[in-house]
Amino acid sequence: MQLEQSLVQWVGNLYAAGLSWWTSLGIPEWVWVALMAVLKGVAVLTFLLLNVLFLIWLERKVAGRIQRRPGPMHHGPQGIFQTLFDALKLVIKEDIIPSQADKWVFITAPLVMIAPALMIWVVMPFGPDLIARDLNVGLLYVSAVSSFSILALIMAGWSSNNKWSTLGAMRSAAQMISYEIPLGLALVAVGMLAGTLSLKGIVEAQQERTWFLLLQPLGFLVFIVAATAEINRAPFNLPEAESELVAGFNTEYSGFRWGVFFVAEYANLLFMAGMAATLFLGGWSGPAFLPPFLWWLLKTYLFVFLIMWVGWTLPRIRVDQLMELGWKFLIPVGLANIALTGVFVILT
Amino acid sequence: MATTSPPAQAPDVRVVPDEQDRSSSHLYVSMGPQHPSTHGVLRLKARIDGERIVDVDPDIGYLHRCFEKHSEQLTYPQIVPYTDRCDYLAAINNELTFALAVEKLLGLEVPPRAQYLRVITMELQRIASHLIAFGTFAMDLGATTAFLYCWRERESIINLLEEISGARMLFHYVRIGGVRNDVTDDWLRRVRAFVDDFISDKLPQYHRLITGNRLFVRRTKGIAVLTPEDAIAWGASGPVLRGSGVARDLRKVEPYCGIEKYDFNVPVGENGDVFDRYMVRMLEMEESAKIIKQALEGIEAGDVMAPLPRRWKVEGETYVRTEGPKGEVGCYLVGDGSDKPYRLHWRAPSFVHLQLIPVISKGLLIADLVAVIGSLDPVFGEVDR
Repeated sequence: MQLEQSLVQWVGNLYAAGLSWWTSLGIPEWVWVALMAVLKGVAVLTFLLLNVLFLIWLERKVAGRIQRRPGPMHHGPQGIFQTLFDALKLVIKEDIIPSQADKWVFITAPLVMIAPALMIWVVMPFGPDLIARDLNVGLLYVSAVSSFSILALIMAGWSSNNKWSTLGAMRSAAQMISYEIPLGLALVAVGMLAGTLSLKGIVEAQQERTWFLLLQPLGFLVFIVAATAEINRAPFNLPEAESELVAGFNTEYSGFRWGVFFVAEYANLLFMAGMAATLFLGGWSGPAFLPPFLWWLLKTYLFVFLIMWVGWTLPRIRVDQLMELGWKFLIPVGLANIALTGVFVILT
Repeated sequence: MATTSPPAQAPDVRVVPDEQDRSSSHLYVSMGPQHPSTHGVLRLKARIDGERIVDVDPDIGYLHRCFEKHSEQLTYPQIVPYTDRCDYLAAINNELTFALAVEKLLGLEVPPRAQYLRVITMELQRIASHLIAFGTFAMDLGATTAFLYCWRERESIINLLEEISGARMLFHYVRIGGVRNDVTDDWLRRVRAFVDDFISDKLPQYHRLITGNRLFVRRTKGIAVLTPEDAIAWGASGPVLRGSGVARDLRKVEPYCGIEKYDFNVPVGENGDVFDRYMVRMLEMEESAKIIKQALEGIEAGDVMAPLPRRWKVEGETYVRTEGPKGEVGCYLVGDGSDKPYRLHWRAPSFVHLQLIPVISKGLLIADLVAVIGSLDPVFGEVDR
């Protein structure tokens, strides 16, 4: 706690000193502010991409252990560098664009996929002061940006000019739109309880009262199911169900572009786990023997593991059953939860 | 055995044209031959409406090896390893069928110990084959973990069979007149240990992991129902026929290798859906284990090979069928008195079952189609031969 605070203070001093030096050079102040904002973004991205590299390794290890095999073992202790080499391989692979594909849409789809996956991290509170920007409409921002990736999947599926891709894209459009709603409903209930839409405010509200997991068990259930579906993880990984649709929307993608989809998927996984931790497990708050950032990381990885565990155990749900679960179960439960929360807020 | 008669009218099954029909709004997709869940090289020509299947037509022939014609150029003992490659997941059962056919024409008497060994290996092979059926089926439904658990038990079986035959997949253990070589008492003990462990520990694990799973049950119950009438009319056999509720097992109907002495049940399904076909296989593994246990108790010392004729003079015509893991494996053999068959025809259950796909999968979803293929458990080595 102390270390992190002093670190933040040190950075703040550095920032102020830099600013005074900068203005003494005669360059306007906003350039410095803009530059620093970019730097902050780069810091978050670096952290994020390092985590994604780790996550991919973790997924293989978790899957391996669940399936009674060791997972990657070469390349470093316990195969920790495996993803690094895989990424290298993906980058140097031949770049294939199908001749019948809609070229520009095909090329931009991965970018449209990765952009919201990175943008969404702006509002994630890693610690009391460790937040890129604490928007007062944080929850709204989250639900707005996370729905962006549907566009990318449709673009990828459509432009590939492949029937399996198109089918995968159609599935994902139906799935993500359907699950956006329960996800939003769960977020609304959390916002009502906290009295703010700012993620930082939500964590602070939980420090005052208690973890929202205890106050919002229904909301948590809806959130975690809808979030798993939203990020296309098993058992809801229908858009890329390999045994049905070959590889779904990214059938025609290979090499670096495929890698971009892959990174976006894991960035989304980490974000949704981080959101679950922030909204329901008190985010960075925790006993002082660990710095807030580590608390956040710990809780996030708890959810990451949970999602992986479920994903590698259950069979895949069928597309009509998926819709049924979304519309006939999650949305009514989400609505009921909002009503209950309303009563609860009035009473307390 | 249920008394059911064939339907008066043949089901309406059309051949799906090989290209997109521009005048209709249905989408034509070619599922396979390189598709992750077609169990080899099956190609399904399908017309779909959204995700619903309008028509589907299996297209085969990507693994054709001219097995039947090739056999006419080979002497009888030389053919045995080729039969392994038909249903390559159940090599022993194929060898057995061919060996029985030749023995029938030659009038060979197989020694009792060889009979016991045949029963043991055949049932071990049935368990191994059903394990793959279960594992790949679960994997098609998205449960990859069950698949790798199956591999563990199959590995044990393969290790046991490797020890007595030297091969790990295409065993060439059952020979005309007996089996390749004798086994040690220690080997029999280890078979016993494996079977005990399998029944008491491993099989319940699968049931806990998959059978009781709600997602799994909802995806398999009531899907692709095959009525007993249709099953009989289309020549279904094995777990597919029994899943439809027809209790017909060639080990009971036409016993071979002295299997009539053993006490085992023939599990049947009730509804003939995907779940029943799956469940029949799971229950059959238990029955196979029961048979193996009895064989291990009854096995007696003695020769494992009957004295073979110095010159092969196989004359006559015969059809021998056995109950393979996939269904009725048949061998039609015509000998013209030389050491090579005049004609050999192989009846492959998978080939027959493939025709069921258009019959039972109309109006299903693509995801169900995958489940249907998994529940029929085709092996393309024997479909194309």
